[in-house]
Amino acid sequence: MNLEQELQHIVDTFAASAPRASYWTLRLVDEVHEALVVRDDVAEPSSLGLSRGAMVTVLADGGLGYAATSDLSAAGLRRASEQALRAAALHARRGLFDAGLYPRSALRAQYRSPVTEPWAARTLRDKLDLLFEACAALDVDARIVERVAWLGHRRTVQRLITADGGDVLQHWEYVHPGLSATAYVDGQTQTRHGGGADHARQGGLERIAASRLIEDAERVAREAIALVEAPECPSGRRDLVLLPSQMTLQIHESIGHPLELDRILGDERNYAGLSFVTPEMFGSYRYGSALLNVTFDPTVPGELASCAADDECTPARRVHLIRDGILERPLGGVLSQRRAGLPGTANARASEWARPPIDRMTNINLEPGEGSLDALIARVERGVLMDSNRSWSIDDSRNKFQFGCELGRLIEDGELKGLVRNPGYRGISARFWRTLDGVGGPETLEVRGVTNCGKGEPNQGVYVGHASPPCLFRDVEVFGGGL
Amino acid sequence: MRREAFFGLADRLNGRLQGDEVLFARLGVEASDFVRLNQNRVRQAGSVRSADLGLTLIQGRKQVEGDCQLSGDSTADEAMALSLLQRLRERLPHVPDDPYLNVGETALEIHRDLPATLPDSNEAIGTLTEFAEGLDLVGIWAAGSLADGLASSIGHRCWQQSHSFNLDWSCYLDRDKAVKESYSGFDWQPAALAERIARQRERLAVMARPQRRIEPDRYRAYLAPAAVQELMDMLAWGGFGLRDHRTHQTPLLALVNGEQRLHPDLSIHEEHGRGLSAGFTDEGFAKPPRVALIEQGRFKDCLVDARSAKEYGEPVNAAVESPESVAVGAGDLPADEVLARLGTGIYVGNLWYCNWSDRNACRVTGMTRFGTFWVENGALVAPLAVMRFDDSLYHLLGDRLEALTAERELILSPDTYGGRSSDSALLPGILVGGIELAL
Repeated sequence: MNLEQELQHIVDTFAASAPRASYWTLRLVDEVHEALVVRDDVAEPSSLGLSRGAMVTVLADGGLGYAATSDLSAAGLRRASEQALRAAALHARRGLFDAGLYPRSALRAQYRSPVTEPWAARTLRDKLDLLFEACAALDVDARIVERVAWLGHRRTVQRLITADGGDVLQHWEYVHPGLSATAYVDGQTQTRHGGGADHARQGGLERIAASRLIEDAERVAREAIALVEAPECPSGRRDLVLLPSQMTLQIHESIGHPLELDRILGDERNYAGLSFVTPEMFGSYRYGSALLNVTFDPTVPGELASCAADDECTPARRVHLIRDGILERPLGGVLSQRRAGLPGTANARASEWARPPIDRMTNINLEPGEGSLDALIARVERGVLMDSNRSWSIDDSRNKFQFGCELGRLIEDGELKGLVRNPGYRGISARFWRTLDGVGGPETLEVRGVTNCGKGEPNQGVYVGHASPPCLFRDVEVFGGGL
Repeated sequence: MRREAFFGLADRLNGRLQGDEVLFARLGVEASDFVRLNQNRVRQAGSVRSADLGLTLIQGRKQVEGDCQLSGDSTADEAMALSLLQRLRERLPHVPDDPYLNVGETALEIHRDLPATLPDSNEAIGTLTEFAEGLDLVGIWAAGSLADGLASSIGHRCWQQSHSFNLDWSCYLDRDKAVKESYSGFDWQPAALAERIARQRERLAVMARPQRRIEPDRYRAYLAPAAVQELMDMLAWGGFGLRDHRTHQTPLLALVNGEQRLHPDLSIHEEHGRGLSAGFTDEGFAKPPRVALIEQGRFKDCLVDARSAKEYGEPVNAAVESPESVAVGAGDLPADEVLARLGTGIYVGNLWYCNWSDRNACRVTGMTRFGTFWVENGALVAPLAVMRFDDSLYHLLGDRLEALTAERELILSPDTYGGRSSDSALLPGILVGGIELAL
């Protein structure tokens, strides 16, 4: 049997003794992942991971419950159904909301990541040879004290079926190459990443060439050395140009998370936190300057979280979250939308078969404006350009933030000047986006994302896509390192 | 999956090895109930049953690793495990010799069972919501069993299983005005839960007062054990690993170089013998009961995993190069004298979302969160709006450290990324002469 036949067999097995519930869903997840690492010209043990499991969700007697299991036999699925029914009974007795709000779906859809060169097209040895070459290319100087090159692969096939005839089959594939070089001189250590390290997207082995894994190595190593020898980033208020490699994090932390509807509903208050955004703000609140346009867009080909539907079986569509600076809608799946009485998005997502769906970002993109990066820089009299996030911290309402980058460059009188190390900046989300004074044009847009978005109880880590051009912010508090 | 079933499966796999192949098999089993609460009602209830088998296949100086999920059905599991073994065998010719291959050559036998008295999840949630009647409680109940197994063709046979509960919650007054508590362990006692909720109600009464706003500056502060844990989590991020030290990436580089000091009253240990994590490594080494990391303010030993041990010629003393069961030595400040000694300043119940602002300077930024109060003349007077700090641990745990509490709290990690964590920490609170608030 091939994979899809095997999943069909499990679906048939489950359907033959489906739980006695007013509604149910079965979410089957089959995943293969592989990690290859070469460090200082030595290959670390290659790892191959295989995972298959199911999440049964039931709506029964006024309650909602779930159970996850790796036992996909008829008996195992029956046991999971029984456990889900017991959880539903607990919810029925003490539930936060009417379980009848849970969305029913008969959606039938499919999704497949765009892949040009499949992971299996090259042998393990070929892939390791590539990493040895990249690692060797990082060896430019004795001041480089650690060199790492890696290649990760993940293939996830998920089939979600519902009691109402819903059937969504999604096939995601990712290849993540990356490089890091660490330089050390006289008590100062600096690490630089590249080769795709912060440029994750869906796809196959073609991501290696697109990420310039080999070609990027020398630049990465030389910049690590240059940073060790660079002066500290100055402290004070300056204009700030953020490259897409940092805009990814800025969008993620201070737009994406604050707009998650489950935070606004209070579900996350014990862990990930709440939000400075409140329900009455939607439709009128000025989130940023008129240059700020942000979309929820799961349709961008190859962006990290593109999909056909979310894990409540709601079709995924592009919508604006912020238009011309005005807040329009939150990030909330249908269940959250009904609880809050607000519009939302198709973003109820689970990280794996063993976790239930909650409100997550998918692809949250800052729409391009006009002009080149040089044109943005030319408008700065006294500022700093920052590249590649390395430190992130924000308060539980997603307001007071402080972010650090790997590399900074001074801007004086509209021109880029020397490197500065340990660049950081801090601000308050509710004010920061109103200082947005320049957004690069479509030709400067970069499609990136993060692979470590954490949230939820129990905890879940998911992939999230972000596309952005470089942006200019005025009068921001910047600083460097040191005691 | 039970111990006997795992060892039986490992025996059958060993019987299928070819030539001089060596096999290490690991098992991680979890059976957990998770109940999420919001507004003292159930938000999401469910359970997870999983069994993860990990294999390391070695031939000569080559090694490859893999893992797969098991179902619990012995026939199906054997087929799955043999399939994985075959896939690993096919990968071996493609990988080069590994100069840092390092496994325990002596057959190790360790068996540890940590029994518990756990309530049914229905009962626990009923008790909690009854005690918290009238409170806006939000949090999670996680309970059940965890097991770790190790078996090898050399003869290793190790097993550790535990049953535990972890209730992690906070109660809110309004927006971000909240007080956090946790109750975790092996012996469920409703009276202990009631005591915590009563303490929380007392703090909430202070929290109900008008919020105090302060300007960024340096303030005297007391950091409760839960806040100290956030600082220890930062040090765990590269502070103690041998690889981080040898590649100059440790945030404690200036301490090791003698350029900076920590306070002589500060001692930090990894206490494998006390913790919940398994007493053996994946490669078949026994963990020592205790590793001194910081002694009287001076750096003592690194944590060394099997790979670094081979690379740098040191003995193995850890499964991973960050603490799993960290302990900070107690001081002499009685907990009931904390506010009096603080005088005027900040009582920090919890810190949140810490990260390095300059790793070379061991400088950390993060937020105050939950149960943080302004203190005047030894009394809690008002809740404090959340503040960002940005300060070096060479100050907070060095020249500005005034005292550590005599009492310590055992905190079982509520982390559940990929599964329920077995990490724990035994920590005092700390009194500091100043913490830099930046925003």
